[in-house]
Amino acid sequence: MPSMTLTEKILAAHSGVKAVKPGDLVFAKLDLVMSTDITTAMSIPIFEAMGAVRVFDPAKIVLVNDHLVPAKDIASAEMSKKMREFAREHDIQNYYEVGRSGICHQLLPEEGLVAPGDLILGADSHTCTYGALGAFAAGIGSTDLAASWALGENWLRVPKTIKVIYKGRLPEWVGGKDLILHTISDMGVEGARYQSLEFSGEVISRLPMADRFTICNMAVEAGAKNGIIEPDEITLQYVKERRKKKYRLFKSDPGATYSNILEYEVSHLEPLVALPPLPSQVQKAREVGRIPIHQVFLGSCTNGRIEDFRIAAKILRRRKVAKGLRLILIPATQTVFRMLVLEGLASHFIDAGGLIGPPTCGPCIGSHMGVMASGERVLSTSNRNFVGRMGDPTSEIYLSGPAVAAASAILGRIADPREVL
Amino acid sequence: MGEKIRGHAITYGDNINTDVIIPARYCTHFDIGYLGEHCMEDLDRDFLKKRRPGDILVVGRNFGCGSSRENAPLAIKGAGMSCIVAKSFARIFYRNAINTGLLIYECEELVEITRDGDLIEVDPETGLLSNLKRSKSFASAHFPEVVREIIALGGMIPFVRKRLGEKR
Repeated sequence: MPSMTLTEKILAAHSGVKAVKPGDLVFAKLDLVMSTDITTAMSIPIFEAMGAVRVFDPAKIVLVNDHLVPAKDIASAEMSKKMREFAREHDIQNYYEVGRSGICHQLLPEEGLVAPGDLILGADSHTCTYGALGAFAAGIGSTDLAASWALGENWLRVPKTIKVIYKGRLPEWVGGKDLILHTISDMGVEGARYQSLEFSGEVISRLPMADRFTICNMAVEAGAKNGIIEPDEITLQYVKERRKKKYRLFKSDPGATYSNILEYEVSHLEPLVALPPLPSQVQKAREVGRIPIHQVFLGSCTNGRIEDFRIAAKILRRRKVAKGLRLILIPATQTVFRMLVLEGLASHFIDAGGLIGPPTCGPCIGSHMGVMASGERVLSTSNRNFVGRMGDPTSEIYLSGPAVAAASAILGRIADPREVL
Repeated sequence: MGEKIRGHAITYGDNINTDVIIPARYCTHFDIGYLGEHCMEDLDRDFLKKRRPGDILVVGRNFGCGSSRENAPLAIKGAGMSCIVAKSFARIFYRNAINTGLLIYECEELVEITRDGDLIEVDPETGLLSNLKRSKSFASAHFPEVVREIIALGGMIPFVRKRLGEKR
């Protein structure tokens, strides 16, 4: 048996073959097919046009209200309505309604729907987030979604794998977001195009799940097909508390072939910021100069977890948001929202002058709850700073982790957390 | 695979992402005519004025990076483009274009020599791409086998129809 990477092993195991190598085409059986209110409605007529009558397995389909919820206008209300009707018609139990939902990439792991070794396709580009649990997960569009519903399988080209090794010990206020921004700035926004990114090393071994999700979430921003981390004790602890079904553990063979191996010594990494309009244009937060900002957004599938809000609360507690600045905080799911309240973080944010919104993708895609006006600047903990992404095309988006976001909200300009504390 | 296509080039650079191809604010619609009327508006206000039916987008690396929105290839079709030639495509856009029947070709050399307005000829049968103004022809990258089958059948819908038929 040839040596394989973790990604290759999962693809082989789901395709009924003993081994695969990069470049091979496989038809892989799907463990989970995920979509949201913004991608599902388009797929329904396509599914029907394919001549499909039933979905392959209602238990393996997940439908999540997250992008434009609660409905921002009539058109988005209609999209959710179509998804709701589809769920009813096909008896899809994993349909997540407003109030019991949240951003898919936090919700699915939370609900125990993702486990190591799974093969998951999702109609959202950040589906690669689930790789943090040792699953193969990749984004697809609406026609591929319909095909996956109908067939329970889809074609995939086995990607080459780039191994990323982080060495050293992370300094205070530096986290998963800084690691992935540093990596994207080094390899560029297409540095991993069509390839798999396998994150490893002693830094990853010590990293909590929240940071691992952040890292895998942004694998697609380097062009990757998937991001993945070998399951370890931290993964298994997370899964054990949530997963009801059985799963298989895969690990990369010692002799597996990588297209590249990148090593980063991160003991001296500092809090980082990505400058508009690409996530690869990265600078140290303390070196960007005086950049006044109009809004700070703390949330999204990248950094909307309770761990992110705990970091922000440490900085914002007993402090005030800068005059003239809007701080918007959006917990990724209802569970995260509940913890914000229970842990007393919500009151710190409210006292500081921040606005807490209900779980939604909202401002990250410039759809609602904090759309940017012309010429405005936003610092966001989300994953994309493309032109017009969060509102008017003349607005500017800076990306960072929660610590820089909180410090910047206080100073009204992009700031390193050490400037505040 | 059809007859040769001729169109004038409209050129853009690297990393043209789906947020500028069609902003999320229009993604509550799937009608290709509507999407076409907003195609590229955050990138190039003149795109809709200068494009003519059958024009060909000639673009740099990593075209279509960003979100999985299938509204992006639909918008390009809706704007009347006959095909896209890129140095490379982002993977989800690549699949979405093939699946929705938008013709796409990877060819670094053609993109290098092409300027706005050059007359381009595409032979879908052979994958040969020609810049007629500069009298140069290049072979485009080969499609993987399954992609050739999807294109030959006319998109992902007939492909799945066929596979479902085989399963029954």
